[in-house]
Amino acid sequence: MILLRTIDLRKQFGETRACDGVNFTVNKGEFLSLVGSNGAGKTSLVNLISAQLTPDSGRILLEDKDITNATVYERIQAGIARSFQIVNLFDGLSVFDNVALSIFSRDGKAVKMASLAEHDREVREESFEVLGQFGLQDKSRVLAGGLAQGERKLLDVAVAYALRPKLLFLDEPTSGVSTRDKTQIMDTVSSVVRAGTVTAVVIEHDMDVVFRYSDRIVMMHEGRFLADGTPDEIRANNEVASILLGAPLSA
Amino acid sequence: MRADVAQISYRPKLMLAVAAILVLIALALLPSYIGLYQTQLLTYGLIAAIAALGFNLLLGYTGLLSFGHSAFFGVGAYSVAFLLRYAEIHSMELYIALGVPIAAIASALFGYICVRHTRIFFGILTLALSQVLYSLVLSFFWVTGGTDGLRVARPTLLAGMITFTGAGSFQRFIEAYYYYVLAIFAVSVAIMWVIVHSPFGKTLQAIRDNETRARFLGVRIRRFRWLSFLISGTFTGLAGILWVPLNGLTTPEVMYWTFSGEIVFTALLGGFRNFTGPIVGGVVFTYLKTYAVASTEYWQLLLGIVLVLLVLLLPTGIVGALSAGMKKLQRKESFA
Repeated sequence: MILLRTIDLRKQFGETRACDGVNFTVNKGEFLSLVGSNGAGKTSLVNLISAQLTPDSGRILLEDKDITNATVYERIQAGIARSFQIVNLFDGLSVFDNVALSIFSRDGKAVKMASLAEHDREVREESFEVLGQFGLQDKSRVLAGGLAQGERKLLDVAVAYALRPKLLFLDEPTSGVSTRDKTQIMDTVSSVVRAGTVTAVVIEHDMDVVFRYSDRIVMMHEGRFLADGTPDEIRANNEVASILLGAPLSA
Repeated sequence: MRADVAQISYRPKLMLAVAAILVLIALALLPSYIGLYQTQLLTYGLIAAIAALGFNLLLGYTGLLSFGHSAFFGVGAYSVAFLLRYAEIHSMELYIALGVPIAAIASALFGYICVRHTRIFFGILTLALSQVLYSLVLSFFWVTGGTDGLRVARPTLLAGMITFTGAGSFQRFIEAYYYYVLAIFAVSVAIMWVIVHSPFGKTLQAIRDNETRARFLGVRIRRFRWLSFLISGTFTGLAGILWVPLNGLTTPEVMYWTFSGEIVFTALLGGFRNFTGPIVGGVVFTYLKTYAVASTEYWQLLLGIVLVLLVLLLPTGIVGALSAGMKKLQRKESFA
């Protein structure tokens, strides 16, 4: 079942075509990886879908509902959440507060000002549940700014996940972390995604990570889709291999 | 889920409540040991602390620097003067009951315009709008008294139960009014503490730290900034309401931009990244200014030097520096 569909989506920056008539589909419940070299248009596509950019033309449909002109707020309400390429946290707040804020916002409780945030039992319990899923429970009182890079990446994903979106975009969740942290982050993210009702689209450069965790891989090149298939199909695609590595991928 | 980490720790809150009660008791006992003049000065200090507390919701917790908060202080002060002059109201409770909504309306209107921008544009807008109000007060002198201002007689307190007429009324007013202001100060601090620790307050801090991420959590940034502006201006307006009976006169000077600068100074002095910073700053600034004015005609130069030294030597303000010092000491003790 198709969750998200873009129809002939276009975005141009000067002479550069970031998205050149992209027809993108995401199926419900899948773990999809969006790959391609730098400047291929991956982040632009996610920015268009999440309303950080406005398309020049084309349509975006979420569960067959046109959200092309919807605001960021409306898209989040509709079930789209995202994390960012560069970790984007509330560094002056605790790890607990970072996750709790997502839940307060999602539940329409962020405007409450007559009671203490930590006294909301439902939000507190759900926050600890999310932190537990991401292995950050013991860091709950630490300021987000004081976490190690790998933990910051995990918290970044946890904050977006706590919105309980239908569709979660993760922009390079493993960039800038060690190989060990990379595995931990992806194991956590994939287990959380597969355990819940979330569909995930991950932008990733590390092809080992992509092949290991993805149900489906979409490759972009110069604003267009070059390939779309299972990890095995992509691995066997020589055009993909030559663009990504300059040589065929090993089996 | 491990139950122990999900539990709220009440110990810090209990310690905070005990400390707050001790401070309150000390403040309540002070007039018995200090003279009438010092009591009056301390009352001014508590009023300045309420203004700074409101101002800091916007600066410290929302990340917006206003140069126009004198407008709300002035709206509060002039509301009292108008209620006395044109409605012959003498009750302090009515001044508060009517003046606070007036200050809230003024803040809501100013905020509606100003929160469309941030950083320098926000600061300039608040400054410009406050000066428009200042000019209006000067221009409509037949209503506002112009540069002479409007005199405000001593109001009755507690629904007319306490009045101030006859011999020794000034002394009785200063003593009674101190406790009146102290009670409102305590309630204001409690309300503001709950606000900054509420989901709303946390959301403001999130907007301050990372606006983009907050937007992508579904937070309606402008709406939250506007609410913060409204509350901030209302608190400062309340300070203006409390200030004018003590001062006995309100003039357009309280709406002039230099007074907004004093409110900013107050927050910087105490430390705007701490909840208690502006409170300490309000009291300290009142004493600093009073003694500077009394000691030299170049008092503005003196305050300017203090401000420069403050920014260079104590960028986190008095409370920020004290707090950092205490943490350092605790670390040393734990290593010993």
